[in-house]
Amino acid sequence: MKLEDFRIELKQLAGAMPVWHGRVDAQQWRAACQQVREKGGRLVALWGADNSDRGEGFAVHAALTVQSGLLVITLPLTGESFPDISDIFPAANRMQRAIFDLFGVRAEGAADQRKWLRHAAWPEGVFPLRKDFAQLAARNSQPAVAPADGYPFVQVEGEGVHEIPVGPVHAGTIEPGHFRFSIVGEGVLRLEERLGYKHKGIEKRFEQMTLIEGAKLAGRVSGDSTVAYAWAYAMAVEAVTGTTPPPRALWLRALSLERERVGQHLWDLGFMGNDAGLAFGLAQFSCLREDMLRANAALFGHRYLMDAIVPGGVVRDIGVEGVAVIRREIDEVGKTVTLLRAIYEDHAGLQDRFVDCGRIRHDQAARLGLTGLAGRASGIASDLRAQVPPPPYDKLGVRMMVRTGGDVAARATVRVEEIMESLRLIGAILAGLPGGHISAPVPDAPEGAFGIGWVEGWRGEVLIALETGANNRIRRLHPHDPSWQNWPLLERAVLGNIVPDFPLINKSFNLSYSGQDL
Amino acid sequence: MYKVLWQIAVTGIKTEAPPQPDEALRAAGERLRAEVFENFAGALTIRHVDAGSCNGCELEINALNNPYYNLEGLGIKFVASPRHADMLLVTGPVSRHMEVALRRTYEATPEPKLVVALGDCGCTGGIFGESYASCGRVSNVIPVDVTVPGCPPTPFAIMQGILTAINVRKS
Repeated sequence: MKLEDFRIELKQLAGAMPVWHGRVDAQQWRAACQQVREKGGRLVALWGADNSDRGEGFAVHAALTVQSGLLVITLPLTGESFPDISDIFPAANRMQRAIFDLFGVRAEGAADQRKWLRHAAWPEGVFPLRKDFAQLAARNSQPAVAPADGYPFVQVEGEGVHEIPVGPVHAGTIEPGHFRFSIVGEGVLRLEERLGYKHKGIEKRFEQMTLIEGAKLAGRVSGDSTVAYAWAYAMAVEAVTGTTPPPRALWLRALSLERERVGQHLWDLGFMGNDAGLAFGLAQFSCLREDMLRANAALFGHRYLMDAIVPGGVVRDIGVEGVAVIRREIDEVGKTVTLLRAIYEDHAGLQDRFVDCGRIRHDQAARLGLTGLAGRASGIASDLRAQVPPPPYDKLGVRMMVRTGGDVAARATVRVEEIMESLRLIGAILAGLPGGHISAPVPDAPEGAFGIGWVEGWRGEVLIALETGANNRIRRLHPHDPSWQNWPLLERAVLGNIVPDFPLINKSFNLSYSGQDL
Repeated sequence: MYKVLWQIAVTGIKTEAPPQPDEALRAAGERLRAEVFENFAGALTIRHVDAGSCNGCELEINALNNPYYNLEGLGIKFVASPRHADMLLVTGPVSRHMEVALRRTYEATPEPKLVVALGDCGCTGGIFGESYASCGRVSNVIPVDVTVPGCPPTPFAIMQGILTAINVRKS
């Protein structure tokens, strides 16, 4: 849709991605969302801000996709509520509840007003992201045992219905969260998630940091997507400081991002095999991954490439030998993945578990806003690298991998195909890697500048919204993980399946708890 | 089936056997095995608790279970319940929302028990520190025998931490 269609005064923001920003009133807030929705656009992120310290009130921001890029609208508030948009974008539900927990600003008219990120760490009526929020007293003054969470789960009633509560501490090496299954026999009638266990005050922590310090924290919002977050953060800082990283730095960033994608997909494919009873798959895929991690450590100084991307560029360059190592590696990974793919596809027992398991149909995915890799497995054709490619992707011609099955099998297939495409991209990056410097100096940012970073990580689109304060400090930062959008869809995917299939379905999405809980 | 067997044969044994090119690595591997046998009769069981990490440490704990490290070959294995565990391997700054769950998991673990705090956050609170939402380091919430720094610590460092914990208990 054209930007002229919005009756909003829009300004294009500086930076690597095409982002337009405008202020709206309450009526335009909903109208813009509706317009985007009707044209098939998505809600990427929704976050609040407290500007009371500078004589304004609260504000809410929404990032929406339009054909030419991203539309960010800001609604300044006079009171403590804003118009609900969860009827337009169902994914807004949990984001709005999180805004209330953190700011005390309510989505007026929303059907679901339960708390979301708040459990018992801070009392009702206290809002940590308000500017006047004093850090609660030292932990010793906290009650040793916090009061019960008291979260009203939806009860399913009927003959033979019972509940299985799972978590927050799970049986495997995964992150903490609570799942409440309502079942009859083995069949799942309803799954309700209760997340927020990992909430560790990341957004508040950012507000104590300078723009330079924030890079390290951004890389630890969700450790498995550290490259995507670090790049998005760097993009936002470069936008507000008017920095253009040298071309070589951008190509090396893309190299890191594709290595992260390949590594995570290898991992998930291994675990999906394992969860379906094929331990061979995990052994094989995890060896491939370990080889890549070791190469990362040798070439870039960190197994997961943490802190490799900084505002202005990248930290380490790669030499001729490094290029040769990666070339050999992508050949090897490509050959083995092709072979393992054939084994997975021929394996009757595995396919019996994968096919038709945890299905999200295309219409459901489109209505509820499924995004990223899981979205592409349900026919949602969206990939920033292909559709609004920032350099160097504009030169690489990324092929978007889309399947329509929407089941575990489709999510496995999209992963395999994305691995092969990323290996091709890595080859192209090595072939086209321009010379020159790997970083540019980053000047101080003006106060009150607003910048967006937007990167297609392996799980989906990661967004960083940054507003600067005085003295090159962070005034407000919202990191947004695609898991916000996809967690609610996991509740749908499991319906009609049996409880033992849940781990497999969950793994096929592999969503971040830390990135959602903040 | 033929393809699976063929691939297994082609892959061979990936496990890095105790005689390592790195002398320090080999010694630790050998010692680890001896300590485990002496103190835990050939079986050390670990329950992992993520108390609020960024999930980086979980990547390495999972990597520790890949064929290169062959943890189970050393008699060490991860179990599904704290009631089956000799050791808790705890990651993260402890979020306030996980404080109660971590205490309960500790209480559910039978004596004698060991606690290893993993990663910079588990050791010191790390970049997240203490705040309205974070209790900081693991030892602010439950007793800790050994801390393994690193962001995240490598699988090898985690193995060393496990070994050191067994030594602490012995002394």
